[in-house]
Amino acid sequence: MKVLVSVKRVVDYNVRIQVKPDGSGVMLEGVKMSINPFDEIALEEAIRFKEAGKATQIVAVSLGPQAVQEQLRSALALGADRAIHIPLDTAPQPINAARILAQLARRENPDLILMGKQSIDDDCNQTPQMLAALLGWPQATFASRIELADKAATVAREVDAGLEFLSVDLPAVISADLRLNIPRYPKLPDIMKARRLPIETVTPEDLGVEFVPEAKLLKVAPPPKRQAGRKVSSVAELVAALRERGLLS
Amino acid sequence: MSKVLVVAEHDGEALNPSTARAVACALDLGPEAVDVAVFAEAENKPAQAAARLSGVTRVLLVEHPANRNPVAAILAPQISALAKDYTHLLAPATTFGKDLLPRVAALLGVPQVSDVMRVVDRNVFERPIYAGNALETIETPPGIVVATVRTASFKPVPETGSAPIEKISIDFDCPSHTRFLRLERSSGGERPDLQSARVVVSGGRGLGSKEHFGSIYALADRLGAAVGASRAAVDAGFVPNDLQVGQTGKIIAPELYLAFGIAGAIQHLAGIKDAGTIVAVNKDPDAPVFEVADIGLVGDLFEVIPELLDALPKRTS
Amino acid sequence: MNRESLEFDVVVVGAGPAGLSAACRVMQLAGETGKALRVCIVEKGAEVGAHIISGAVFEPTALNELFPDWRERGAPVTVAVEHDELHYLIGERRSFKVPDFLIPKPMRNEGNYVISLGRLCRWLAQQAEALGAEIFTGFAAADVLYDDAGAVAGVVTGDMGVAKDGSKKSNYQPGVELRAPYTIFAEGCRGHLGRRLMDRFELRREADPQHYGIGIKEIWRIDPSRHWPGRVVHTLGWPLDNQTEGGGFVYHDEDGLVSLGLIVALNYRNPFLNPFDEMQRWKQHPVVRQFLEGATRIGYGARAVNKGGWQSVPKLSFPGGVMAGCEAGFLNPVKIKGNHTAMKTGMLAAEAVFEALAAGGIPGLDESYRKSWVSKELFHGRNFGPALAKFGTFVGSAFIWMDQNIFGGRLPLTLHNRVPDDASLDRASDSHSIDYPKPDGVLSFDKLSSVYLSNTNHEEDQPCHLVLTDPAVPISRNWPLYDEPAQRYCPAAVYEIVEAPGQQARFQINAQNCVHCKVCDIKDPARNITWVPPEGGGGPNYVNM
Repeated sequence: MKVLVSVKRVVDYNVRIQVKPDGSGVMLEGVKMSINPFDEIALEEAIRFKEAGKATQIVAVSLGPQAVQEQLRSALALGADRAIHIPLDTAPQPINAARILAQLARRENPDLILMGKQSIDDDCNQTPQMLAALLGWPQATFASRIELADKAATVAREVDAGLEFLSVDLPAVISADLRLNIPRYPKLPDIMKARRLPIETVTPEDLGVEFVPEAKLLKVAPPPKRQAGRKVSSVAELVAALRERGLLS
Repeated sequence: MSKVLVVAEHDGEALNPSTARAVACALDLGPEAVDVAVFAEAENKPAQAAARLSGVTRVLLVEHPANRNPVAAILAPQISALAKDYTHLLAPATTFGKDLLPRVAALLGVPQVSDVMRVVDRNVFERPIYAGNALETIETPPGIVVATVRTASFKPVPETGSAPIEKISIDFDCPSHTRFLRLERSSGGERPDLQSARVVVSGGRGLGSKEHFGSIYALADRLGAAVGASRAAVDAGFVPNDLQVGQTGKIIAPELYLAFGIAGAIQHLAGIKDAGTIVAVNKDPDAPVFEVADIGLVGDLFEVIPELLDALPKRTS
Repeated sequence: MNRESLEFDVVVVGAGPAGLSAACRVMQLAGETGKALRVCIVEKGAEVGAHIISGAVFEPTALNELFPDWRERGAPVTVAVEHDELHYLIGERRSFKVPDFLIPKPMRNEGNYVISLGRLCRWLAQQAEALGAEIFTGFAAADVLYDDAGAVAGVVTGDMGVAKDGSKKSNYQPGVELRAPYTIFAEGCRGHLGRRLMDRFELRREADPQHYGIGIKEIWRIDPSRHWPGRVVHTLGWPLDNQTEGGGFVYHDEDGLVSLGLIVALNYRNPFLNPFDEMQRWKQHPVVRQFLEGATRIGYGARAVNKGGWQSVPKLSFPGGVMAGCEAGFLNPVKIKGNHTAMKTGMLAAEAVFEALAAGGIPGLDESYRKSWVSKELFHGRNFGPALAKFGTFVGSAFIWMDQNIFGGRLPLTLHNRVPDDASLDRASDSHSIDYPKPDGVLSFDKLSSVYLSNTNHEEDQPCHLVLTDPAVPISRNWPLYDEPAQRYCPAAVYEIVEAPGQQARFQINAQNCVHCKVCDIKDPARNITWVPPEGGGGPNYVNM
């Protein structure tokens, strides 16, 4: 079974981002970048499938400029067998990321595509679903448990009401939620080895991707600061204030 | 002029309140019509409830045996068949809408906007990025606008309407590759999950001890709320660390957050910045938590909590 | 236990200016002589620069030697110092600008640059990797390896995935041995392995104790109308009293950014002194405040710095290894600069190790250091620190002026300061508490909001990396005698005394907040706290500090 895992280069989750004063975006210069944490979880799941003998090849792919190769090397160090870089000046929006990955999937023919449910920069939560639609494959999003059989998978999904169980035929697209697993640390010797492994470059032109128009970014602003409200001087006042706001059923 | 289709979320028995909020967002577009699509096996209470939402023009009831459970791969082709008559397609940004709508957008060949917080113009929207630490304003390209609506940003429309319910059948290739097995609900009798609870009662170092923290649990039970804690309370051993709210704990957005004996370090406030209403009770008038609390009470929590328990009605379970 | 082992020719501990320069230099020498050498740098920060923090005004002397074509290579050294001023602050409002002729010559900055050391280190890392060195970030060098003869044989990285109680978590990963004939230790000021080496090989036997300061720095984005790239401002005096050495800095970088901060010598006497709060109130003085109207604070960090200078430099070489940079302590206190000497001693270490790889034996770094311009310039300024310590700020400054500007550092005497910093505190009962103003949230802030801006994070479930030899000492001894000064000297609010009614007072360690400054390791009057590295990758994630 071949598993394709998409990993995105994003601002490290420990960094408090700053909005550029001109509102054109977020300050990224000098800021630590890492694999999107949810993608790390997806990759970890793929590696566990391989260790359990269920997967035979893990292919990591990343879209974006040269720098994303750093994340592909991390993926190789963690256990991916191959790494594919699809060069683009900037990471595309989900609609086009999905179109690119769909063309890649048509070429690579994986049995399973895994990625994080959303990336922590744009928080879109769209690419896996869009990819599944374009391929005509099943989707199982927000997975917190995956049981792989030969031709199908049973997935437990974290939904608002609790845990939903779906059975999907393979090939399928599954997106990873936080509780799917705890990713491993890379081993130093593997990091060294990964630096010498080749990274394949496949361009969108090679794949015959047709891009569609994306949304245009008009501006980025910091969120409004919460202001202090009012002080009450007794419990009775507090209860009344809560009732007023319709917060006490 | 805009014509909006809102996809309703329901569980067969009740219409999810998120739908009313999605309708509110639809109305912000100043549309000539807002239709609500209900996908179900047959007419049901949710369809009727949808018809009562103020501002709704029609309810489109799409009946099909496969619509018994909300499976994205089954609903998406039906929605995209309907979409050609509309300028905007909305769904709440719940796990239902987030799972479903991108699939529709891809079938329609257009980008999707996630978590709309504010309608700036018919194709300009404000949404959160970086976990809400920044807001971006984006403009969608020509074509149908497909968007999920951040429910916390819109008040639900009232149930004062009476729209007609039209039965629609759609011819589509129903896929068999995805099968709904079951839903295991988070038990209603237990305390709600901290991450998704509507109300959270939280305690800090001010509680002083594990035993005293019991009053937080008692108040939470009275309010049907989840229990949270500050890092200081966790480090002091009052509660286990899965109750920790904050930068290195859980980031939550309840409608109501009550903080007792919590100073309000920025790391804690980072965990509740998207809460609807923050109530703080602390005996230190200079505690930083008061700078963000919507309602603040300077007082001794050991007096306030018993008084609150007296004043609040007991829940009927 | 059987650990995996990787072999190198040289292992470098620390990806700071010294370690990176050392790695570059070894690879340059290897290239020149046609040797293929395997060199690795192991760095505990999540990336190069994550734990780098410095003022900084940079003297490009060592860089000129290491990469004469640094400009063409795009080194981020671009903002030349245009304007250099020293102010003596008298109380909260008044000050006088010290005329140029009164400023000790080595403190002047013609030909120097305002830089971000973090940025420079990232650039140095690129040069090192291009030359073929391997850099491993996110791995802490936890201990030194020794061979059967007792010589240093490399280091072992820390285990990952260890729970708070010491048990192995599901993602447990044992550390790896990095073995090499020679190891260059460049952990920066008060490195934890350096401490062990100095004890084991008695490297400090003939040196004065090292003296330290705590540097607390912020980066602000300021109003363009108040921004002058290349403007350098130093302050002395308020809020520090005559007995407390230290001073402030404001450096205008590019892009509307300003680096500013306060250094407080750690031989301060009043246990109620809170260096963080001193820095916060220092910002209120008009000389500093003038730049900060309408500005936004975007970065914060803190670090211990060496200031013992020439007399405190220990022996640098031992079997199997050497120390370079602030690990040993080459910061020139008169110039208040250590980055150029860190780079140069890194290069000297590389050369000594390169020779030793061929010839065997202990690297001859002590000899090459003594012949270098680093030793010369430190010798020139050797009386700076001891003069201030012995004579106080006022008389000390006068002495320094004479010593530097009239006698050019050639006075036939060398003052010594042999009192270690941790022995300098007066008793709490003999000291007065200081009424620091509350943070206003505009110009001044609290510790936790500040730590927040350092992007500090540590894996929650891991053993506490601040090790108390005797856990009872903070409450039983430090608290009654010194009001437990850890509550104040830590710039990250790691240490608290928690008192609850009806309960024993408790010493709380919030290890999560630690910014790896090492001040507790230095200043604890009971010498009870030992800083060891937490799980690799944890700590601050400084952006262009």
